[in-house]
Amino acid sequence: MTVLPKFAVERWTRASAVSGGVAVAVVAALAVLPLIGGDNLVDKLTTLFVYVILAAMWNALAGYAGLVSVGQQAFFGVGAYFAIRCSVAGVPPYPALIAGALIATAVAVPLSYFMLLLRGGEFSIGMWVLAEAIHLLVNLDPLIQGETGTSMIALNAYAHETRLAANYWLALAGMVGLLGAIFVLLRSPFGASVQAIRDDEEAAASIGVSVQRAKRTMFVLAAFGCALAGVLWLATSVTFQPKTNFGVQWTAYMILMALVGGLGTFEGPILGAVLFFLVQDQFAETGVAYMAGLGTVAILFALFAPRGIWGEIEKRWNLRLLPVGYFLRPTGPPKPDRRSK
Amino acid sequence: MTSEAVAILEGAGLSKSFGALTVLDNVDFTLRSDEAVGIVGPNGAGKTTLLTVLSGGLRSTGGVVRFRGADVTAVGAAERSRLGLVKTHQVPRPFSGMTAFENVYVAATAAGGLNGRGAHAACVEALELCNMLHVANRRAETLGLLDRKRLELARALATSPSVVLLDEIGGGLTDEETVQLVETIREMRRRGMAIVWIEHIVHVLLQVVERLVCMVSGRVIADGDPKAVMADPVVVEAYLGSGAT
Ligand SMILES: Nc1ncnc2c1ncn2[C@@H]1O[C@H](COP(=O)(O)OP(=O)(O)O)[C@@H](O)[C@H]1O
Ligand SMILES: [Mg+2]
Repeated sequence: MTVLPKFAVERWTRASAVSGGVAVAVVAALAVLPLIGGDNLVDKLTTLFVYVILAAMWNALAGYAGLVSVGQQAFFGVGAYFAIRCSVAGVPPYPALIAGALIATAVAVPLSYFMLLLRGGEFSIGMWVLAEAIHLLVNLDPLIQGETGTSMIALNAYAHETRLAANYWLALAGMVGLLGAIFVLLRSPFGASVQAIRDDEEAAASIGVSVQRAKRTMFVLAAFGCALAGVLWLATSVTFQPKTNFGVQWTAYMILMALVGGLGTFEGPILGAVLFFLVQDQFAETGVAYMAGLGTVAILFALFAPRGIWGEIEKRWNLRLLPVGYFLRPTGPPKPDRRSK
Repeated sequence: MTSEAVAILEGAGLSKSFGALTVLDNVDFTLRSDEAVGIVGPNGAGKTTLLTVLSGGLRSTGGVVRFRGADVTAVGAAERSRLGLVKTHQVPRPFSGMTAFENVYVAATAAGGLNGRGAHAACVEALELCNMLHVANRRAETLGLLDRKRLELARALATSPSVVLLDEIGGGLTDEETVQLVETIREMRRRGMAIVWIEHIVHVLLQVVERLVCMVSGRVIADGDPKAVMADPVVVEAYLGSGAT
């Protein structure tokens, strides 16, 4: 908190201090879970962590930077592809997974220069076209055997429980690391600039924001997050099928989770991912009716509650658990110094 | 400020066309570092376009822009604002999803190069100067037109500028609000900012500026002492006499 002559700039509330503490405790509990919990729970939570990563990445892109991408499956898929390539080249499985995500991120850097020449709807569609193009390119690799796909066989060298626990910890670390990175980024001046770009790009430029550089940063960050989610998915499923790993449904899920949870709020996508995970777990299907149902829910939220469930909660209870914004509070006449007591 | 009266901002031979439409036709414009200049002219005269070319929001079709003696013709708006040259928008362009304070904070950090406590203080100061501390925590989308215009000015001030280009920030104000605005702009001058102000309400403009430029159809038709410009038969004919188009 910064104290100015008559004002204090508040960046934490009492509620946020408590929830910060709770978050740390939850992460600590999650970290030791594989040592005590059942395999089934560990496996399921790994999936949840992947969902949280995806939702948070789409929210960072669309909700904060205004970059509405419908092609994030490009990085989800290509990360897994490069992981398999590394594995085939002799890199041990887990380093290969991480390398896959990093190579996908490296690919995203030059792509960002081109893709971000597009704006608004052109960018959205352009990203889908990009994802399809990358999908087709990957299919050209004989290793992938077209749509038949392949497997990351090296993962089978580990005992089942070992692999489950390793996946879980990698997913947990990835989720916590990425959420933490986004949180720090959004609370920094850079985060404010990014939101300004979202609301009015030219106006942001007119007061000093380096628009393209900020967008590229967010683009590459989201590419890394989605690629990490993609290799984690590969680690749990072992198989790689281009149609699945490059499926547009991944982006549909991201949009759904972010929209329902609360686009443009930090907490919302986490909530959205948990809800989506519970629904997936209940219905465990991917039929047309199910997808149509999810799509309807997303549209209803976009129309009637554009800031999602968390946005409504924030509004109703004026609750800010993990605030990234600024609150200017009059401090009134100077109070006696408490320390002097 | 009584610094040496050098040209801080200079446009030489500026032209701008949109397709077949010539909006700026070989305009020369000079602003001294201690000056406040008003620009008047009928709608569509090219006033906004001139300021936008000077601030870097648009590239001119021909001519050169110099700021502090350096050629900035190829420098973008973001970089120019960091150098100390900033413009407000005729139609306010707030960051609607952010609070008024956060709007100003972007300017203080991105263009002003401030951070932490220094940035917070600059934001409070800019908001205070624009009489909008009471709406600091409101999301900009909930602000009315008056506060949106004030926010344009507050954002510009938070960049720590040496030249501020104002585009019709005084339109539609009540007398009391106008008095406040004039006081704010006088305070900006006291702090050493050079000012260019486009405004239709000439009597308000004349309270602040010591030089007046009149534009018609992309050309400067008069430039000099405000009273003399307003009395110039050419100005009377083109602007006042024939009425605004
Ligand atoms: N981006 C643009 N594209 C096409 N025409 C424009 C654009 N901006 C301004 N104009 C035209 O240029 C002329 C001058 O506009 P402007 O500079 O806004 O005038 P003023 O501010 O003096 O009213 C007008 O005829 C306007 O329609
Ligand atoms: Mg105008």
